[in-house]
Amino acid sequence: MDALKKLFGGNTRQFGMIFALVALIILFQIMTGGLTLTPDNVINLFNGNSYILILAIGMVLVIIAGHIDLSVGSVAAAVGIVVAITMRDWNLPSWVGILFGLAIGAVIGAWQGFWVAYVGIPAFIVTLAGMLIFRGVNQYIGKSNTIPVPQDFQFIGAGFLPETGPVTGYNNLTLLIGLIGVAAVVYLELRNRRESKALGADVPELWVAVTKLVLIGGAILYATYLFATGRPGTSFPIAGIILGLLVLLYGFISSKTVTGRHIYAVGGNRHAAELSGVQSKKVNFLVMMNMAILSALAGMVFVARSTASGPFDGTGWELDAIAAVFIGGAAVTGGVGTVIGSIVGGLVMAVLNNGLQLLGVGADMTAIIKGLVLLAAVAFDVYNKIQGRPSILGLLIRGARGTGGPTINGGKGTPFQPDETTKTSEVVAKEA
Amino acid sequence: MAPNEAVILEMRSITKEFPGVKALSDVNLKVKAGEIHAICGENGAGKSTLMKVLSGVYPFGTYFGDIVYQNEIQQFRDIRASEHAGIVIIHQELALIPELSIMENIFLGNEPVRRGVIDWKEARKRSLELLARVGLREDPDTPIKEIGVGKQQLVEIAKALSKSVKLLILDEPTAALNEHDSQHLLDLILGLKGRGITSIIISHKLNEIEQIADSITIIRDGKSIETLDVKGDGVDEDRIIKGMVGRTLESRFPDHTPTIGEVLFEVKNWTVQHPNVPDRLVCKGSSFFVRKGEIVGFAGLMGAGRTELARSLFGRSYGKFVSGRTFMHGKEVHMHTVGQAIDAGLGYVTEDRKTLGLNLLDDIKTTTVSAALKKVTRGLVVDRNREYQVAEEYRKSLRTKSPSVDEGVAKLSGGNQQKVVLAKWMFTEPELLILDEPTRGIDVGAKYEIYGIIQRLATQGKGVIVISSELPELLGLSDRIYTIFEGAITGVLAKEEATQENLMKLMTQARKSAA
Repeated sequence: MDALKKLFGGNTRQFGMIFALVALIILFQIMTGGLTLTPDNVINLFNGNSYILILAIGMVLVIIAGHIDLSVGSVAAAVGIVVAITMRDWNLPSWVGILFGLAIGAVIGAWQGFWVAYVGIPAFIVTLAGMLIFRGVNQYIGKSNTIPVPQDFQFIGAGFLPETGPVTGYNNLTLLIGLIGVAAVVYLELRNRRESKALGADVPELWVAVTKLVLIGGAILYATYLFATGRPGTSFPIAGIILGLLVLLYGFISSKTVTGRHIYAVGGNRHAAELSGVQSKKVNFLVMMNMAILSALAGMVFVARSTASGPFDGTGWELDAIAAVFIGGAAVTGGVGTVIGSIVGGLVMAVLNNGLQLLGVGADMTAIIKGLVLLAAVAFDVYNKIQGRPSILGLLIRGARGTGGPTINGGKGTPFQPDETTKTSEVVAKEA
Repeated sequence: MAPNEAVILEMRSITKEFPGVKALSDVNLKVKAGEIHAICGENGAGKSTLMKVLSGVYPFGTYFGDIVYQNEIQQFRDIRASEHAGIVIIHQELALIPELSIMENIFLGNEPVRRGVIDWKEARKRSLELLARVGLREDPDTPIKEIGVGKQQLVEIAKALSKSVKLLILDEPTAALNEHDSQHLLDLILGLKGRGITSIIISHKLNEIEQIADSITIIRDGKSIETLDVKGDGVDEDRIIKGMVGRTLESRFPDHTPTIGEVLFEVKNWTVQHPNVPDRLVCKGSSFFVRKGEIVGFAGLMGAGRTELARSLFGRSYGKFVSGRTFMHGKEVHMHTVGQAIDAGLGYVTEDRKTLGLNLLDDIKTTTVSAALKKVTRGLVVDRNREYQVAEEYRKSLRTKSPSVDEGVAKLSGGNQQKVVLAKWMFTEPELLILDEPTRGIDVGAKYEIYGIIQRLATQGKGVIVISSELPELLGLSDRIYTIFEGAITGVLAKEEATQENLMKLMTQARKSAA
């Protein structure tokens, strides 16, 4: 079991989530008698959840910075209706419509960011207000009607990679993307190893790297196979490409750039960040604004998929996105979380939803189960933190060994984690 | 020990293990009834763990050994059980609720009830009695947030008294207090002793321990080393330090010959308003200068405005700027934001590491580069390799104890955390480094190392400002000392002429002239 941990690095929580996702997929695959991992179902699952995953990317940054955004569903709906009407009435081409939609998102984001960052009103309140305001805007502008969008606009939400090149029996572009993905993973892993070695840092054994690459590469290739062999006319969805690009972009920003560092710093300890020269107001403003832009994009992808914008688009999205982020390992008090974790969290919810649907479980039971899963995932983590244990995987390891081995935390100095489990006295001492 | 002296508490071979770590091994502690018993040891030696075992935070069954209290073996399940037996612990971080009143805090969890309703009349009567006993003259309805830390500490003691305490445990009671409040608190503890209350006190301030303790138990690396009888054995600070570190420290400060150059940084007429109270000035026309290679001390009582001065200079990160000019190398510099202050060559190590200095979620390497990210970026992208190298260099040169720079800062001891913060500011290559209480909460050995680092910076030609509440530290370290009282600089003394007495006089000067 130690080997497993090595394989996925020290971040046990993230590994736990990936592990849970894989287990869930296998479980449903067995229970549904093989209906889960069919090309059509996978494409459907991906397409039907892409907008939530797009929101989760923005939401994790908001939550890392220590805020929350309840307005994303309403913002998405408001942008969707404005774009639909302007394209219809002003005959805008689709690409102009998309840019226009993103611009509206930016304006809404600037509005909310202004109140949060510069006036200092808690984001919970600002975006609760935004939730009401922009829902109203949607219904006022659309007169509570459903407005259809043109065929070419629908491409971003319902389109697929086209068939090109020689007839192989597979969708060629999908295959190409899959192969590029595998190559990129191999290249990055090798580069990482080389650089770590050059620095004299610990490098895991070669077999660890090889096994890791085989597992990840295999998963990518299998997914590629599924996407490339769907019904004629379907392949890897365009919404999936948009999502993929966003994951790469935001994953990069959050983990490698100065901006990303500053977001984590502000969420981890705003005072310390400010006294290190971070302009926390600017960071908060940008994070809120970015969320609204991604909401606008998610709204347009959804409108494109459902071919029309309606008065009740986006209801409850904020909760799905927030749930994805927390299942994906973010902390309520900020400073912790990853883009990729949130995507995994979102996929856990999506697979759960889809699997229960395939099993014929009603919407009522599905909602109950989803709620319990969210609670259990976070409760488990909080519990483990209190006990100083290393999370789900730690328990598995312990179970396998049959004894309580050494753990990561514990000992004299239990790490100070400023979240729900922080002692009140520590907070009081801060105020004093 | 004479047989007629009753022992109120005996902890027998206490062993407490955490997964993978033995925090306490075979610790023995014997406390006589009615005495003040000090527990000394470096950070991480296991003092607080021992007290948590005693007070039931770690319940019976999670440790080995016996707790014999009032001649009975006790099996405390939680804090309530130990409090019921008359053992009350006052933690280093006060457990008061800022929004509630003094009275509500005293009786929190222990409210006087009549017919199912809180009897506020009774509560008021009793809280007035309790406040009188601890010598706190405040209206019981005053919210906790409106009184200072010193008075809050007294409220904590009043709270303990309300629970009819027999054995009072104080964990670093004076760490956040100024000298005046500390003295008051120590007198109070002595007063309680007169009334038959036994106290266990944990403190890093050895002079205080020497002053009030009857006996001292020294803990080192989770083991009880020795118990000293203060009156009988003629114990002094050096003797305690020897026990704590297991060797004699030749000197409390490393050798240092200052090489002082021309004026580096100068402040003229610096005046700043309180951020919330517009007619209150926290800095009143302060002027001072720092020369190259010079260590300048700032002495003042807590609340005198030392931190406020430093933070308002550091990119106006505190208060509202009114007037004043700052010069670097004789040229005027404008520092309106922290970023500008860093660019101008200033660095500021905050007094409160946990709330102001560190992001406790970060690891060593991210913290080290966090104030000078620009130096490890290509474009907007952080160069992880460079970051690792930089952090590793500082870890080695400052001798930070940690397996690697990937370690989270939350896991480090106070001294090592402070080294990481120092590394963070040294990496910005400041010309003037301001250190606010650089050794607070740090044990003796690490203090010595921090002093060495400060002196090395001065030798490199940097200007250093040290703000400290510990006068011996200022006297040992500084080349020149400014005194501050109520926001104004009241004097400056060269190393040779400064003594604790004349500094204290200047630190309280204005009060006397006003009286």
